[in-house]
Amino acid sequence: MTDAPRLSLHVPEPEVRPGDKPDFSHVSIPKAGSVRRPEIDADPESMRDLAFSIIRVLNREGEAVGPWAGTLTTEELMEGLRHMMLLRAFDQRMLMAQRQGKTSFYMQHLGEEAVSCAFRRALQPGDMNFPTYRQAGLLIAGGYPLVDMMNQIYSNDADPLKGRQLPVMYSSKEHGFFSISGNLATQYVQAVGWAMASAIRNDTKIAAGWIGDGSTAESDFHAALVFASTYRAPVVLNVVNNQWAISTFQGIARGGSGTFAARGLGFGLPSLRVDGNDYLAVHAVAKWAAERARRNIGPTLVEYVTYRVGAHSTSDDPSAYRPKEESEAWPLGDPVIRLKNHLIRIGAWSEERHTQMEAEIRDTVVSAQKEAERHGTLHSGGRPSMRDMFEGVYAEMPAHLRRQRQKAGV
Amino acid sequence: MARMTMIEAIRSAMDVAMGRDEDVVVYGEDVGYFGGVFRCTQGLQQKYGKTRCFDAPISESGIVGTAIGMAAYGLKPCIEIQFADYMYPAYDQLTQEAARLRYRSNGDFTCPMVVRMPTGGGIFGGQTHSQSPEALFTHVCGLQVVVPSNPYDAKGLLISAIENPDPVIFLEPKRLYNGPFDGHHEHPVTSWAGHPLGEVPEDYFSVPLGKAAVRREGSAVTILAYGTMVHVAEATAEETGIDAEIIDLRTLVPLDLETILQSVKKTGRCMVIHEATLTSGYGAELVALVQEHCFYHLEAPIMRVAGWDTPYPHAQEWDYFPGPARAGQALRDLMEA
Repeated sequence: MTDAPRLSLHVPEPEVRPGDKPDFSHVSIPKAGSVRRPEIDADPESMRDLAFSIIRVLNREGEAVGPWAGTLTTEELMEGLRHMMLLRAFDQRMLMAQRQGKTSFYMQHLGEEAVSCAFRRALQPGDMNFPTYRQAGLLIAGGYPLVDMMNQIYSNDADPLKGRQLPVMYSSKEHGFFSISGNLATQYVQAVGWAMASAIRNDTKIAAGWIGDGSTAESDFHAALVFASTYRAPVVLNVVNNQWAISTFQGIARGGSGTFAARGLGFGLPSLRVDGNDYLAVHAVAKWAAERARRNIGPTLVEYVTYRVGAHSTSDDPSAYRPKEESEAWPLGDPVIRLKNHLIRIGAWSEERHTQMEAEIRDTVVSAQKEAERHGTLHSGGRPSMRDMFEGVYAEMPAHLRRQRQKAGV
Repeated sequence: MARMTMIEAIRSAMDVAMGRDEDVVVYGEDVGYFGGVFRCTQGLQQKYGKTRCFDAPISESGIVGTAIGMAAYGLKPCIEIQFADYMYPAYDQLTQEAARLRYRSNGDFTCPMVVRMPTGGGIFGGQTHSQSPEALFTHVCGLQVVVPSNPYDAKGLLISAIENPDPVIFLEPKRLYNGPFDGHHEHPVTSWAGHPLGEVPEDYFSVPLGKAAVRREGSAVTILAYGTMVHVAEATAEETGIDAEIIDLRTLVPLDLETILQSVKKTGRCMVIHEATLTSGYGAELVALVQEHCFYHLEAPIMRVAGWDTPYPHAQEWDYFPGPARAGQALRDLMEA
């Protein structure tokens, strides 16, 4: 017999639920510019503190400050602002298109635009992203045609994926955007393999893996970290911590770990945490990690601290599990507004120009949408052929599939 | 020609493929320096270097997942899962990723990869060193599934698999690694020496995927077999004196249906034999196909001989393994039906 008390199970809960007042007082946010910038070839052991802080460049006044500032020109920043606004406008139109029944499903990026848009700029042609379903900014900032994205969402007769994939599961080798899978975390370890291949071939290309906070609990996250660490693969391993995995708050995946970045420490990886709503900080950290990979120094784990402002998907209603006003209380603000304020602060931008650009972007998206809809939407107009359904399972169609295609009458 | 065991033939296939194409990389647990727990990769690291043949962490989903990424890059990974019984952690990567990459990306990305897995029982391997999970792969569209039964085929099929533009699951019956085995565990172990299919060309050659081989011509009944069961079927025909035609399927997907139908239409009877458990095993697919295509030629119900629907036991090895006694009884029953 023992005097130990009866055991009880600990199940983490978010600070607040619907009806409660949003509370982010537990999120400790360092001042912009206060986190040091190590040398690219620094020993991971020497920068363990960076896994528990948040690298930030833009301060409250919209100034770029500290050792991570200065990686982008004003023109590049203006282009970055445009990319984020384009992604947001694209999301709005596609969300509406889903509500209008033009497609079955959509997932928006609201609040997370800086992460993928700024990261894309740190890569070079030939590099490969292994994205999740919430990094379309990689395509937009990489110049992938909006019409092709919409054709995929509509599964119409111009859909590059022939109607085989759920909306937003894009694929473009040419644009360094690996085919998206519905199965979470699988691509994280594939990114490591791709990077290993580049190293085996003595190439100069690097890979980037992407994962959300919730999916870090998948076993492939751990496999990816082991392989990346063991073979020092030239890969940047990105964790987008938007606080939510559908209805599950990030504490369910994170457990007792201080941060998601801290998970990298046990694998000997340099692990950085960055303000995901700070376009300048995201780019600076991405550039640091990409350069480290490109110089064959090894992989880096980066946690982007952000907030999923929108619903998880068009099939989700967040008011059922979190306060409606929570996104407004999020202390890192809105990435578009923060970059806009910075550009105004340095005299490169104005409210008038911003309003004008918003209108231009809306026109761009609307005209792309019109063009895409000429090829059909999910339930009307042009659609991929039934023959396409049977193609591409194998390089060469085996006899049993030929028989089935014949039976289907195509 | 050289005399080779199946192990040597498999090693030779990888040696030839690596020599011909520097995109071929080989890795897995204990595969590098040590040369594999079954010696299938012995000497490859010394010959081709650590970046072409290397040891991997003990993570099946990591091994398969990284190989998919490598294949998407343009390499041709030929990876090893130490036992087919341990492929389950990689099942997500194999079925949801490797199998569907070409389809879901409309050919934008492809997965030319081979996953080698020692399979099958008859070695007192117990529950997790004896399984035959082929039906878990044949059910997955986008995968091809190969099971060789001798050194010659093992080399020729493995070379074809490595050159194949899509993912191939390559199941190696470990009971056949060192010699043919007909299920007579009471007899001394035999080696491949003296077996005609133990004579293997040292250089490049290939055996096409999707083509079965008729191992014994006969007129009374058709036996559909693969892997170790090919040898059990041969012994069964011999011992029962029933004039069976034995077809070694070699590739389960894509299946050589023509050869099967031609034979069953000639014999009018069909028996399927595999080590894997009966219910929803690959035999069920074979039976359905034969029934559908040969209904008017059949003189008796199609018979299945398989492992029992239990986990693979240890002490009851020979009560479980479908050997020539069980196969012989089934064959006699089939002839009387």
